[in-house]
Amino acid sequence: MRPDQQAIVQWVSKGARVLDLGCGDGALLRSLWQEREAPGYGVEIEDEAVLACVANDVNVLQVDLESGLSLFADGSFDCVILSETLQTIHRTEFLLREMLRVGHEGIVSFPNFGHWNARLQILLGNMPVSETLPYQWYETPNVHHCTITDFEDLCRRLGIRIRERLVLHDGKPVTLMPNLLGSLAVYRCTAG
Amino acid sequence: MNAPHDPSSVGAATAQKAQFAEPLRLRGGAELPSYEIAYETYGRLNEARSNAVLVCHALNASHHVAGFYKNEPNNVGWWDNLVGPGKPLDTNRFFVVGSNYIGSCFGSTGPASINPATGKPWGADFPVVTVEDWVEAQRRLADRLGIERFAAVIGGSLGAMQALQWSLSYPDRVHHSIVIAAAAKLTPQNIAFNEVARQAIMTDPDFHGGHYYDKGVVPTRGLRIARMIGHITYISGEAMAEKFGRVLRRGTPGFDFDIDFEVESYLRYQGDKFSTYFDANTYLRITKALDYFDPAADFGGDLTRALARAKAAFLVVSFKSDWRFTPARSREMVRALLDNRRIVSYLELDAPGGHDAFLLEDPRYHAALRSYFANIDL
Repeated sequence: MRPDQQAIVQWVSKGARVLDLGCGDGALLRSLWQEREAPGYGVEIEDEAVLACVANDVNVLQVDLESGLSLFADGSFDCVILSETLQTIHRTEFLLREMLRVGHEGIVSFPNFGHWNARLQILLGNMPVSETLPYQWYETPNVHHCTITDFEDLCRRLGIRIRERLVLHDGKPVTLMPNLLGSLAVYRCTAG
Repeated sequence: MNAPHDPSSVGAATAQKAQFAEPLRLRGGAELPSYEIAYETYGRLNEARSNAVLVCHALNASHHVAGFYKNEPNNVGWWDNLVGPGKPLDTNRFFVVGSNYIGSCFGSTGPASINPATGKPWGADFPVVTVEDWVEAQRRLADRLGIERFAAVIGGSLGAMQALQWSLSYPDRVHHSIVIAAAAKLTPQNIAFNEVARQAIMTDPDFHGGHYYDKGVVPTRGLRIARMIGHITYISGEAMAEKFGRVLRRGTPGFDFDIDFEVESYLRYQGDKFSTYFDANTYLRITKALDYFDPAADFGGDLTRALARAKAAFLVVSFKSDWRFTPARSREMVRALLDNRRIVSYLELDAPGGHDAFLLEDPRYHAALRSYFANIDL
């Protein structure tokens, strides 16, 4: 599991109902079930990932996040997870609002575009490629990159309250100058 | 056919019949004094009786789900690509029951059967049956076979409605409900297609108000048109274009009313074939069963409340090219199941086959079913 997912498992309370948006092969949901007894559903659009979820015995719903979370009633989940998914979404604000409509809290993780290595690569004239940003510009599924500062600005603007933040690099927490030294950010947030 | 030598085939199948002498009260108010259900089974019921899977069929199919008949080696079951040793629904692991429904023309008691009260075929007097009635009739078959709880009930289209209804009529007797290319109710447009098909049959001069058996005729013209209409709606425009294009049978337009386009030839062929084996009275009743199916009706149209009874885990599958039972209809069911906090997975596959995609062998579709069945605890 990715380091952000390991952090997420720790943040989810025991028995919580979780919804994992962009759940990939369902590995996070499986751990949440095994370690937290947290029942959940994943949302995924890619056929291969959906099939992997079914094979992993994870509940998966093949719908497009861009069209919102109309399958889910208000407040029907304790926790909605966007684990390295936000940067692949076109309708960012809409999905963040949807996340906090259906969930009492949201957990969002994304690769920090403000990490020094990304900044350096851009300074040298290239789009960044790294462990947390593993794609070439022409093949990346990412459409909306942001930095830690950017994300927090958006949360402020949308009235989203950040309850907890964990910034990581190489799987280890970064406390000093996180927007420069952290490559992966994880947030726990609520509506207002 | 090489089916007899195919190790992934269940081999020669035997149709069986179960007789039930106890009257069956139907949703429409009528009562069947007694009835028979035709069925086939594949694989072995395990000692714990926990490995039974009920396969429910759609409009024009039967209990002949897999394998072939010894004397008819080309008569291969309608879901043979799914059911067999080593296939996604693996008969080495599961005991698969293919059940026909009452009102059918393939062996179960139906309009062509003898009405014990008159000694003549039921014809028009055979009552209108519903999905709920079919489930009730099949429940007795399950009792007869010693199956307390199905590991899964699976079906596509009308078969999926039965799979859903099973989970509502007998929540404790269904572990998994697999609902493919379905809807919790038909749209008015969908009912309209059925009505055109019924009108085609009922206005055929050979229909005789449904009492055509003793007149020695069959309303084949009506059946042909009914089948053609149905067939058009079961395949996607895309699939039709790919299959037929605008190919002219005679190379050039005939400027007459013989067959010009390949698609016309295909429809006529399908219509002709259907009219030789399918019973018009059955067709009328099955389309009515489709139209009437609406478990939410008793709950003020609230599907969430209607599905609150279900206890099964669900797998819902839809196909993007299916315009007869669109993915939106499947998502309604998923939403209602989620509202009830039921275990559910939903696949919306980009397969080109239209409504009939549920019968085809899309690799993603079959891979999903294979994994899903493999994960069912027995």
